[in-house]
Amino acid sequence: MDRRTFLNNLIQLSAAATAAGAVVSGFAEENKNKPLALRPPGALPEKDFIKTCIRCGLCVEACKNRENKMIVNGKEIDTLYLAAPGDSVPIGTPFFNPRTGPCFMCDDIPCMYACPTGALTPKECENNKGEVAIDYAKMGVAVIDPSSCIAFWGLQCTACYRACPEIDKAITIEWKQNKRTGKHAYRIPVVHEDYCTGCGMCEMACVTEKPAIKIFPREVFLGKVSNRYVKGWSKQDQQRVKNASTKTTTKTPWSKENPLQNLNQGVNWNE
Amino acid sequence: MNKILKNKYLILRRFIQFGILFLYFGANYYGWKILIGNLSFSKLFNTIPLTDPYAFLQMLFAGAVISSNLIIGLIIVLLFYGIIGGRAYCSWVCPVNLITDLAAWVRRKTHHEKDNLVSAIKIKKFRYAFLIVMLIFSAIIGAAAYEFINPIGYFTRGVAFTLGFGWVWLLVIFIFDAFVLKNGWCGHICPVGAMYSLIGSKNIIRVYHTKENCTNCGDCLSICPENQVLSPIINKKSDYIHGIECTNCGRCIEVCNDNALNFSLRNFIKGEKNEKNSSN
Repeated sequence: MDRRTFLNNLIQLSAAATAAGAVVSGFAEENKNKPLALRPPGALPEKDFIKTCIRCGLCVEACKNRENKMIVNGKEIDTLYLAAPGDSVPIGTPFFNPRTGPCFMCDDIPCMYACPTGALTPKECENNKGEVAIDYAKMGVAVIDPSSCIAFWGLQCTACYRACPEIDKAITIEWKQNKRTGKHAYRIPVVHEDYCTGCGMCEMACVTEKPAIKIFPREVFLGKVSNRYVKGWSKQDQQRVKNASTKTTTKTPWSKENPLQNLNQGVNWNE
Repeated sequence: MNKILKNKYLILRRFIQFGILFLYFGANYYGWKILIGNLSFSKLFNTIPLTDPYAFLQMLFAGAVISSNLIIGLIIVLLFYGIIGGRAYCSWVCPVNLITDLAAWVRRKTHHEKDNLVSAIKIKKFRYAFLIVMLIFSAIIGAAAYEFINPIGYFTRGVAFTLGFGWVWLLVIFIFDAFVLKNGWCGHICPVGAMYSLIGSKNIIRVYHTKENCTNCGDCLSICPENQVLSPIINKKSDYIHGIECTNCGRCIEVCNDNALNFSLRNFIKGEKNEKNSSN
């Protein structure tokens, strides 16, 4: 093979490989962005998780062969699955569907410790003191749809409250007067995200046809407040601004006029 | 009985391929601890890690933090295939080989061997370019890009976990191999096979050809999935099959009726071509 043919072949091969690679990567890029995927406890943030997960399924096997199996109507409930095409989860990565298989929050967290790559890591499952326990997992957060939650209609339910492994912490019941009847009470479930692990027991327990309480990834549902808001009633939050400087700088100078003058400036009134 | 002995490598290969799938299946459904995981990462006896080198490389390029487990598993796999196995992964372990071998059989039974839709010779090296390109794309998208379509992953996950719509992709590979391009997937495209070709390029176990016994019947060339490794040697000289793409499947040995091909140990007996250590 002379140099000319060699270079020709090299260019052709590289071009063909790049074209094929672009198609595959386009699919991969599209497939990897599934923000609604719920991950096992201790999962890295989704962006790192998708890099680090090797799709071996050891977590799924650990989950399937765990100690605390729950059997409903003679059928054992499986929690973790490896995503196959059609699951709306990046192909091959572990996920769970809380409606049919919530996380049972095993004390020994077998799935997390089975992970060989560190995509599931105890570091993502600890409290601020560094203690690791399943109660500190952050798989997602429960979200209630008030329009379909029958407790908001005034019916007595509390199914999610009673199913919650973090009862009275992650879900509490608030009593409110039912003004429609005048003599009954609403017993409204309220989710507290700081205790909610996102296990999904509530979603499985929910009595409505399509669950009125659902688990969403925290990244998707939770908002974020910028750090200029300080809770005056929270000692911890006060600490944050303890040493803050009181010197403020503004780009536009303070107006000397009163607000009304300032607002009406430049407006021509006909009368 | 004679037929079994004649096809002993083929039978052994199928036994190992199905056995591995069976162990993966049992690990998930019955909690066996012999071989758990799948072909991207496994644990043998719940302790010895085994890592797919190409998945590892993609993760490295994607920018993942690599755990010690993966590195140990990688070293074990590299040592095994680098010293002993060569590209044996492709024909002895990989389940996609079951599909593509079936496609090759269909092709032999239905139409002419060289009746390709695409020119085969030019794109034999495509896989190496594809291997590198997928690594670059892994870095760009920040995830192991090839693992999203890797049929080996689809197949093993399909057996041990869930297949979903993955069967469509496996069917596509079958059709491609059977009716579009001879040995299209394994012999031209698959970057995992290319990776194992590179890893196993200097291994010990190789097929040895004895020119004196060869009758130039061409049976080995027609059955070989990578016959560009055979053609420079067969009926030309007594030598090892040096081509890195040889999968050590042993089909050429089995179809040869003249005892011209055998497994042998390379490098140990350099320069003594008459002495053949026929090893398994």
